[in-house]
Amino acid sequence: MLETIDLSMINWARAQFALTAIYHWLFVPLTLGLAVVMGIMETLYVTSGNEFWKRTAKFWMKLFGINFAIGVATGLILEFQFGTNWSNYSWFVGDIFGAPLAIEGILAFFMEATFVAVMFFGWNKVSKKFHLASTWLTGLGATISAWWILVANSWMQYPVGMEFNPETMRNEMVDFMAVAFSPVAVTKFLHTVLSSWIVGAAFVIGVSAWYLIRKREKEFALASMRVAASVGLFAALVTAATGDKSAYQVAQVQPMKLAVMEALYEGGTHEPLTVVGTLKIPEMLSLLATHDTEGYVPGINNILNGGYRLPDGTTALSADEKIKRGKEAIAALADFRKAKASGDETAAETALQTLDENMPYFGYGYIKDTKALVPHVGMMFWAFRVMVGLGMYFIAFFFLILFLSWKKRLERVNWLHHVALWTIPLAYIASHAGWLVAEVGRQPWTIQDMLPVNAAVSKLDAGSVQTTFFIFLVMFTVLLIAEIGIMVKTIRKGVE
Amino acid sequence: MDTTYIFLQHYWWFLVSLLGALLVFLLFVQGGNSLLFRLGTTDEERSLLVNSTGRKWEFTFTTLVTFGGAFFASFPLFYSTSFGGAYWLWMIILFSFVLQAVSYEFQSKLGNLLGKRTYQYFLVANGVVGPVLLGAAVATFFNGSNFIVSKSNLTDEMMPVISQWANGWHGLDAFGNPWNILLGLAVFFLARLLGNLYFINNIREEKLIFRCRRQLVTDAVPFLVFFLAFVVRTLLKDGFAVNPDTGLIVMEPFKYFNNLVDMPYLLVLFLIGVAGVLFGTGKSIFSKTYTRGIWFAGTGTVLVVLSLLLCVGYNNTAYYPSTADLQSSLTIANSCSSQFTLKTMAYVSILVPFVLAYIVYAWRAIDRKPITPEELKQDGHKY
Repeated sequence: MLETIDLSMINWARAQFALTAIYHWLFVPLTLGLAVVMGIMETLYVTSGNEFWKRTAKFWMKLFGINFAIGVATGLILEFQFGTNWSNYSWFVGDIFGAPLAIEGILAFFMEATFVAVMFFGWNKVSKKFHLASTWLTGLGATISAWWILVANSWMQYPVGMEFNPETMRNEMVDFMAVAFSPVAVTKFLHTVLSSWIVGAAFVIGVSAWYLIRKREKEFALASMRVAASVGLFAALVTAATGDKSAYQVAQVQPMKLAVMEALYEGGTHEPLTVVGTLKIPEMLSLLATHDTEGYVPGINNILNGGYRLPDGTTALSADEKIKRGKEAIAALADFRKAKASGDETAAETALQTLDENMPYFGYGYIKDTKALVPHVGMMFWAFRVMVGLGMYFIAFFFLILFLSWKKRLERVNWLHHVALWTIPLAYIASHAGWLVAEVGRQPWTIQDMLPVNAAVSKLDAGSVQTTFFIFLVMFTVLLIAEIGIMVKTIRKGVE
Repeated sequence: MDTTYIFLQHYWWFLVSLLGALLVFLLFVQGGNSLLFRLGTTDEERSLLVNSTGRKWEFTFTTLVTFGGAFFASFPLFYSTSFGGAYWLWMIILFSFVLQAVSYEFQSKLGNLLGKRTYQYFLVANGVVGPVLLGAAVATFFNGSNFIVSKSNLTDEMMPVISQWANGWHGLDAFGNPWNILLGLAVFFLARLLGNLYFINNIREEKLIFRCRRQLVTDAVPFLVFFLAFVVRTLLKDGFAVNPDTGLIVMEPFKYFNNLVDMPYLLVLFLIGVAGVLFGTGKSIFSKTYTRGIWFAGTGTVLVVLSLLLCVGYNNTAYYPSTADLQSSLTIANSCSSQFTLKTMAYVSILVPFVLAYIVYAWRAIDRKPITPEELKQDGHKY
């Protein structure tokens, strides 16, 4: 009997990765954002000697600590899940993908773990400056960690710096700098980290606004809002700029993702950008995707059917043709191994030549249906619009807070305090919408055009993965409720 | 094979082994937590214990994560085979560490949903499950696991998974071998022993420390019995050897004993390590004022675990043997990353001493004042 991979197991493995990543990302952006805000506050304390800033910084550190613990807890599983649920992936690209994870551990996690201890327990044990350095180094550790995990993620979107080795049956790294500093990684890092600062800033402003609504901690709240709005406005502007760059890169390296983001079935030149419904901005999509108002943007059907001219002058292959060539690559690899085993060097050389010719389509050989090549259009279309729309809202929001703070009128604008409070969940929604676009848009690939999910997964039974999925669901949900409960109580208690 | 490549394989096995050895030492956090209700009879005493390990748990956790990352980068076939195959063994370890990570911060906070006691039970659960399961997982390096590796599967479009577990237990089968359980228990009692020694060094509270010294005996005896039984049996049993020319795996009588004879420096490391553990423990039991036992026992633990892991990886030995298909066994040569990756990562590893230096510096800064009930009251961040 032919053995096959259980489709439901693949979907449970995907669901588990999505679930754990979503939960983890509820906590990481706040860690990254709060680190900057409280770093600035402690710097103000050390430079001015004003105890007010120490109390302010310590309050936000308390919330940081609660959030940090659950962030660490939920992050553990993500690294190991590449092995537990995506074992074929771990072998096929572990030679490249493992390196950023190891560097993240060596360079970033130890920095975070060491200095977060000094930050929490060192107030009475180390000098003011050492403590300040520890606070910034905790944030720096978290940021370096983000760098390496985003390098790894970017490589999944845009695999570079490697070659397939038929002898070892895996991809091997040949250019570390191409992996570590790929343009996609640089943009993704700036976009993700700066958008996390938005979450941190929105959180600080929202909590401070709650104090103003309750007529409590006025001085603390206004000072916190001023610092956070400065960070937030800067972050929102950089996020918008890197978002534009990111969309351009997606158009170059993941055209299907862009087509799905726009729900564009039939592409062309002079393509307008759909805002919502029939509201369109003429030629804008062509401009964003190609930096030319006349640029050609392929739609979903164009990509599946092929036949259009690519920027390098060649003609795009259809999905069926890519699948055919992928199967030829896989068959050639099998022939190569057989020839090697039997010592037939001539046959091995011939097989290798066929493999090389078809290697760019290797992953397509595992695709069973061209429909699987199209990510979920509705989810992508709306997630993208929610992200962009909220991104623009944040620019206006932070600008307004900063302006009113400068005019010393912030305390009196009651409606804005309520808006600020509700901006906290909006920041999380925008951040998650961004990841939905990035990750759902990459489906069905674990590594773009190279390894689809059905060839990347571990050989497990669906029941096992289903069980761990529900364990994580219950465990993380309970811990999230506990975390929110603790946060709320701590905020209600106020500054000490 | 290129000698540089061979060197790099050995270098990375050394680094992974060192991280593994440091992890076992840092399990003093788990060992200490497993004793939470045995040593701490009042809320105040339990608070001292929790706050004592609570200032170090991040190091254990981070070492675990880095151990995983380093293994992934340097020996990806192990990562895919063991984690993807022994699914339940690793998942249970991870669940327990997830719960531990939040339990410190959450337990004393208002609004924590589950109540203080529940979070303390989570710490105890992780304190028992973590060391036992990690010990059992390491024991499989000597006793084998039930998996098959077939790289040719990659050319099967319907079933391209190369590493497969050969039974439905997915790692829980490790407990079918009593020798794996034995090492699990040895690591558990070692972690408790180290936990006691750490408390003796870190806390100044007379009654509590008296109990720690008494508990040392209770934990040292089963540790020595289980550990010595495992070591003696391992040295006498057949081991998994690899022919470096053909790559074929064969069973070799007294393989691990022979490895120590062939690599006497490992035997020296092992003996110094055992002496360190015995000295640190013994002096802490017999001298009522001695507080530095953790450093001797801790260093000893690192040396013993390092020597055992090097023994199972070096000298043409299969470090992750398969009992389902001997030729699927993993060696440092057939499971490692490419030469380019190992070399690149070797450059990164040059930063490790710098990382260790700032860890030591920060650790000393935090531990300058021992934990006392008064110190806890003054500290702004109390668990």
